[in-house]
Amino acid sequence: MNPALPARRASALGFAATLAIGLAILFGAPHVLDTFGLVQCTGFAALAMFGLSQGFVWGFAGVMSFGQAAFLGLGGYAYAVAVINMGDSSIPVLLSILVPMAFAGLLGYFMFYGRISDAYIGVITLTVSVILFQLVNATSGSQYRIGAAELGGFNGIPAIPALNAPFHPDEPLDIDGIWYAAMGALILVYGILRAVLAARLGRVIVAIRENEIRAQLIGYDPRLYKLIAFMLAAGVAGLAGCLYANWGGFISPTVFALPMSAQVIIYVLVGGLGTLVGPMLGAVLIQALIIAAGSQTVVDSNLGLGLVLVGFVLLVPQGLLPVARSAALRLVARVRTPRPGKAADTFATERAR
Amino acid sequence: MSTGSIDRRGALKLALSAATGAVAMPFVSRTGLAAEPIKLGSLLDGSGALGLEGKRMIETTEYAVDLLNKAGGLLGRPIQLIAYDTQSSMQLYTQYAQQLALKDKVDVIQGGITSASREAIRPIFGRSRTLYFYNTQYEGGVCDRNVFCTGSTPAQTVNHIVDYALKNWGKKAYVIAADYNYGHITASWMTKFMKDGGGSVLGTDFFPLDVTNFSSAISRIQQAQPDLVLSALVGANHSGFYRQWDAAGMKSKIPVGSSVFGLGDELTTMDPSTTNGIVTCYGWYNNLDTPATKAFVSGMQAKFGAGVTDLSELDTATYDGIMLWAEAVKKAGSIERDKVIAALEGGLSIESPTGKVTMDGATHHTIRNTYLAEPENRTWKILATFPDSFPADTGGACDLLKNPRTNKQFTPDLKG
Amino acid sequence: MDLAGLLAFNVLTGIATLILITLGLGVIYGMMRIINLAHGEFMMLGAYTAVMASGAGVNIWIAMLVLPPLVVGLIGLILERTVIRFLYGRMMDTMLATWGISLGLIGLITTLYGNVVRGVSTPVGSFDIGRYGASLYSLVILATALSALAALFLLLRFTKFGLILRATMQNPRMAAALGVQPSRIYMATFALGAALAGLAGGVLAPISGVSPAMGAAYIARAFITVLGGGPAIITGTGLASTLFGAINELVSFKTTPVIGDVALLTAAILLIRVLPQGITGRYLRRSL
Repeated sequence: MNPALPARRASALGFAATLAIGLAILFGAPHVLDTFGLVQCTGFAALAMFGLSQGFVWGFAGVMSFGQAAFLGLGGYAYAVAVINMGDSSIPVLLSILVPMAFAGLLGYFMFYGRISDAYIGVITLTVSVILFQLVNATSGSQYRIGAAELGGFNGIPAIPALNAPFHPDEPLDIDGIWYAAMGALILVYGILRAVLAARLGRVIVAIRENEIRAQLIGYDPRLYKLIAFMLAAGVAGLAGCLYANWGGFISPTVFALPMSAQVIIYVLVGGLGTLVGPMLGAVLIQALIIAAGSQTVVDSNLGLGLVLVGFVLLVPQGLLPVARSAALRLVARVRTPRPGKAADTFATERAR
Repeated sequence: MSTGSIDRRGALKLALSAATGAVAMPFVSRTGLAAEPIKLGSLLDGSGALGLEGKRMIETTEYAVDLLNKAGGLLGRPIQLIAYDTQSSMQLYTQYAQQLALKDKVDVIQGGITSASREAIRPIFGRSRTLYFYNTQYEGGVCDRNVFCTGSTPAQTVNHIVDYALKNWGKKAYVIAADYNYGHITASWMTKFMKDGGGSVLGTDFFPLDVTNFSSAISRIQQAQPDLVLSALVGANHSGFYRQWDAAGMKSKIPVGSSVFGLGDELTTMDPSTTNGIVTCYGWYNNLDTPATKAFVSGMQAKFGAGVTDLSELDTATYDGIMLWAEAVKKAGSIERDKVIAALEGGLSIESPTGKVTMDGATHHTIRNTYLAEPENRTWKILATFPDSFPADTGGACDLLKNPRTNKQFTPDLKG
Repeated sequence: MDLAGLLAFNVLTGIATLILITLGLGVIYGMMRIINLAHGEFMMLGAYTAVMASGAGVNIWIAMLVLPPLVVGLIGLILERTVIRFLYGRMMDTMLATWGISLGLIGLITTLYGNVVRGVSTPVGSFDIGRYGASLYSLVILATALSALAALFLLLRFTKFGLILRATMQNPRMAAALGVQPSRIYMATFALGAALAGLAGGVLAPISGVSPAMGAAYIARAFITVLGGGPAIITGTGLASTLFGAINELVSFKTTPVIGDVALLTAAILLIRVLPQGITGRYLRRSL
């Protein structure tokens, strides 16, 4: 019997397993962790969602967007400004998704319909993120306000009201509640992205990444599909921004800055380009590394991160997840058959680069 | 029966005594044989744009805690310093603030350098009811029951710089400031004091903290032709302005007064031609001719080496913050927040390197001496002394004794 | 009238600064199509070389103009041999690896010299344009930028080495067939680009604060200028720097340096939209 599992079934099993683990973490964490640990994990969840957005737009759509931080920041600021003005957090959450999507629509139209090549897209998105940083950073004067919310410039916006139960502004969520919201949103977004990839839309997007000219000759307009993928990723990043703002109750222009864009790319690289789970794992791992690095004084955190990045590019360019997965596959194959056979690459839908 | 290894009876005995010990342990320490330390949290920038100022403040914190512990601690308990380097990053400020409040559960927090960082962590400590001392000279006006500020404020310093400028340099000023809340509010104070003294401000320019190229700014200033320049530039990147100003030959043409210059190591690392003559006003200078000053400087040098020659008001205010808190704890006989606040509000004074420092109960700010000085060949030349300056920035609007629930920052009203 | 003179002077200085910043990156990207995200850090290393050398007593001119290119060129050589060499053809990976190098260099310098801002004073004084004071040092920057541009042009156009460089860039296989080792050429090119970046850092050290993270301020505009310039290294860099530098200085003077920066970046993005291959992708294609 063929030792290789059919691609579809393995994919579905993987999805189910991830979902199960996610739900276990969702409900188990408040019982296992103390307050501080739960707050930390809420932050991890927000950044994992950010990693998801980058992993989707880069790994699956092949769009080298290096300025996803722009959408993270737009989402976070949109939420902060809206919730300070409205008092109820329900609409602001929607805004944190829609505002970045609208901006991505404009920028994407500008880039994709202008037929700008891959590398240039990376630099342009990076530059746009830097431009946003410069602009928002310069709004420290009290005259820069949207409604009742002062933008604050470098100072950022402190004391952002937390999420509340939908349409009940008098019931703000406590720390447990915010955890459920964040982790729950993460699982939901992961599920949605998985569904998109399994549907026709997702398959076209991946086809365009694989061979744009061929997809075009078949009849799909790559510009439109890239735009859609770009906007979708922006929405995910925006929601991550909203969660990020809730995590510390604070947001500042550094959310737009270069290090933030760099971090999320490192998440994807370390976790595995071309997977969805990889960037989430990468986010948690790298973020934990950053926090640990900051609390010690032996090795400078930049030096450590730089070495990790260079090491990964040279030694593990596909990232941890694919390596772990192929190692696991080899193990499974060896167990199932008496002879050591070559484990087939069964994940055709999720081939790395 | 035993041949050197533990047999079953021995093991049972061991287990029983261990269990008894474990149960008895809390009782043992409660009788005071092992005193539980008082936790003092510190959040300061040891690196990054504000590392220039933060480095010495961190050392001063260690020095002060050391002094207290050598004198036997507080209430018979040692003081444990839990310090985090926030690396001039706002994200790290909020992160570590949450950690200090929720995980380490410190009894008091001394920290924050930029006003932005203070405003980011103030609500966090307010929620967790952790007493917060802010020891950096700033733009004044914070009125929050949970917060005590020991740094000098514009009503104690900037007004004297402006008075000096109006008397000696002229009536038309150009203001340059860092682009965040400290810069904006201090610029407002500079404008107010200039106008109150019969002068005017020709223009105000703001620069984000990472700007290093001031050539266009220098051109704009020249175009406006002011009699003097007032600077509230902050941090390592902005220090480039003074070098570029000197390089453009402006030192001899237009004099400069600053509310921030000299708080780091500018006098040691910059040329005298760049630093001479920039008028400043702070609560302390490291060459004041008093025994308390000399003791502080030599104490710091004994602990950290002879290279510590660039101490400033930031460091003595840090010292003041920790000592005032210690005094209040002793007076209250407890580290419980409300009792310590009551002690501080009851009028408390300490002897500091700067002289006598008194905590004003109504405004939660300090009444202290301030001095006007300018650099001359890498040392400070004191021009004037202002004893017992009162922190009048809130103009009487802040009275935490009468209205303890106030929680805001007052800013100058320029329309008056 | 004096003001116009001062402004013109500032604009020229701004253009020259941009040329210096961009040249090293242009060489590496133009020749090898490598997006070197550690470019800002090469400049930082050059600045540190200048500051440390002049602090140790070396003549300021040697410390700024001679040592930084040598030191950073050497560092670039080492990095090329140890990291970049394995990643040719993999554009994404080189981008990420150079990003890692950039972080690593920042961390290394922080560890060695601490995260403080240093400076070195400008070695020349000031002069007057009418009743405005201007720094003579801007003339030094101008001179250095023009010399670097000219030297590079001479190298590429009139020397055998330059010929080999251009040939390898156009068609590496053919060059290899003719007896050239492309890997050695790439090594030399990367070192050259790094040296130019080091020179820029050394020359700019007196007017900016020298700190481990100073490179970040330059990387975005250097990149966008290189892309806006297009494939021709010298004309492309020159033209793009002139355009963007002028916009930057003029808008900075009228408003604030921040808006000036934003104007530069926005203008560059718009240019790339209109000319997706950069200026010399369409005009002056055959130039150097």
